[in-house]
Amino acid sequence: MYRIETAGLAELFAAISETQDLFLPLRKADQTNYGLWSEGEPFDLDTLKTVKSAKDCFFPQSEVLYRCKSEDGKLSIDPQKLCDRAFVVFGMRACDVKAVEVLDNVFLSEPVDTFYAARREHGTIVSLACHEPEETCFCANFGIDAAAPGADVETWIIEDSLYWKPLTEKGEALTESLKAVLESTEKETPAEEAEKTVAEEQEAIRKIIEKLPLSHLDLSRFKPEHTMELFDSPLWEELYKPCLACGTCTFVCPTCQCYDIRDFDGGKNGVQRYRCWDSCMYSDFTMMAHGNMRTSQIQRFRQRFMHKLVYYPANYDGLYSCVGCGRCVSKCPASLNIVKVIKKLGGEV
Amino acid sequence: MCECSCGGKTKTDVLIPMIGVITDIRTETPDVKTFRVVGRDGRKLFEHMPGQCAMVSVPGVGEAMFSITSSPTNTEFQEFSIKRCGTLTDYLHEMNVGEEITVRGPYGNAFPVETALKGQNLLFIAGGIGLAPLRSVINYVLDKRDNYGTIDILYGSRSKDDLVQLKEIQEVWAKTPGVNVYLTIDREQEGWDGHVGFVPSYLKELEFATDKTVLVCGPPVMIKFSLQSLIEMGFEKTQVYTTLELRMKCGVGKCGRCNIGSKYVCKDGPVFRCDEIDELPPEY
Repeated sequence: MYRIETAGLAELFAAISETQDLFLPLRKADQTNYGLWSEGEPFDLDTLKTVKSAKDCFFPQSEVLYRCKSEDGKLSIDPQKLCDRAFVVFGMRACDVKAVEVLDNVFLSEPVDTFYAARREHGTIVSLACHEPEETCFCANFGIDAAAPGADVETWIIEDSLYWKPLTEKGEALTESLKAVLESTEKETPAEEAEKTVAEEQEAIRKIIEKLPLSHLDLSRFKPEHTMELFDSPLWEELYKPCLACGTCTFVCPTCQCYDIRDFDGGKNGVQRYRCWDSCMYSDFTMMAHGNMRTSQIQRFRQRFMHKLVYYPANYDGLYSCVGCGRCVSKCPASLNIVKVIKKLGGEV
Repeated sequence: MCECSCGGKTKTDVLIPMIGVITDIRTETPDVKTFRVVGRDGRKLFEHMPGQCAMVSVPGVGEAMFSITSSPTNTEFQEFSIKRCGTLTDYLHEMNVGEEITVRGPYGNAFPVETALKGQNLLFIAGGIGLAPLRSVINYVLDKRDNYGTIDILYGSRSKDDLVQLKEIQEVWAKTPGVNVYLTIDREQEGWDGHVGFVPSYLKELEFATDKTVLVCGPPVMIKFSLQSLIEMGFEKTQVYTTLELRMKCGVGKCGRCNIGSKYVCKDGPVFRCDEIDELPPEY
């Protein structure tokens, strides 16, 4: 455990970005989102929920897969180079950290998605505990502890100090490379004292979470063996009605992994085949030349929540594909969200 | 776009295709052509099993999943029978021998030709372009004839002009010992003296013994009513295999598009036993 003054964070970030790319929550245009930090740029570690999650750092909203040219009737394919530069994502909250595990299950299972795998390999995650969890947070339902956010390095900001605790080999390596900055203040605080301060803070965080309005949802009905019963529930009919099919929930969601593959035709420069986030909320998502399996919004709405709460757990040992970050709760223009679905179908209301 | 400043090195991802050369195009029907494809080295692109699919693409036009209609026992090339029904297929139909496309695969599971189907009497039921995946199995079992029992092939289409692979059906399949071929078309047509009527009703007229394992492929409505006929005839759903088709982008169970419940058709399918389908939400 290390402690440095928060006033020295810019120095720490500068030290990281000397050798690696550093992604931080940055304040731009009145919004906080993860972005590539450069020295002198203002960062924002106070905002609990970035508008988009940190998903972009590993699974960007849009990325080129390969370029293709046709010359004299001969095709040539030039695959996009994989990420080979180390980078650090700093400030990820416990929910977003857990979301990476959800994405790992999909992208790192055979056949491995090498674009994603390369970013995972080269990325080090420094998490940050949630000192002021909000009313829209419900991570506790998914076994997530916002007071111990995990990842490669865990950090806490308590009063004027940042506490830094490496957890993995990658975290140790990053810590080692930052020793000069981290140790400049470390000697002043005995390890025991730092541990005690963090433990007290953790207890305080957990007390807040315990009292949050959405911390005790009943998920007991959301099991693969109830697939058909949940699928056939008449409750979808009233639940989906306000849905505008805008797809916002899927784009701000840290676990939504659906993507489209499309072409950008650059004329004589060839074709760029890229992939980009897609949304199961859209009618053309399942459209084929000979028809569409989900022609109405109720089917698409049901698909999204069945996937998060039933289908995904069926494939990955009961792990839900929701981490309770609450972005969909705060961003849905029609005030719909997964909490309402859980409560209604779970029999709570 | 990814903001990281990586220079990166290249490793081949499963989404990166191979280049295929079209070496032959057969016009089967007014809207179906069969494309023969090999690699640039003139050899087969990959090995596959009957029922598996591949992603065929024309860069700048589109990419879509097609079943591989040639048998794995063919050591020289792969074939795709493609019906003209959308942007990519329209473009493919205008292409010529010698032109290049991209192919990646094979994807999905296969008909259990080396396990559950082995030693069985087989009944193939196909409608229209639905013959494409079954042709791969039929030629596979004909090439390994001793491993299977009797073979009955029931194939129907809208008209006599819409029967795919007619030459092979009449000149090869129908002439193989122990193989019975039954053809039908939906409506009476000049120059057709064979059976007229829909596949599901012809199926019942033929009164097949229930000692067969059945493979059905065709339009969803044909599959539905054929299955109904089979049940009425005394077949169990566990004896019947079919293939499902949904929109696909990645082909490897990651893009999230072709799921039916927790199953992905691209990865867990396209071949399903009919009793397995009953356990899935009806979204196919």
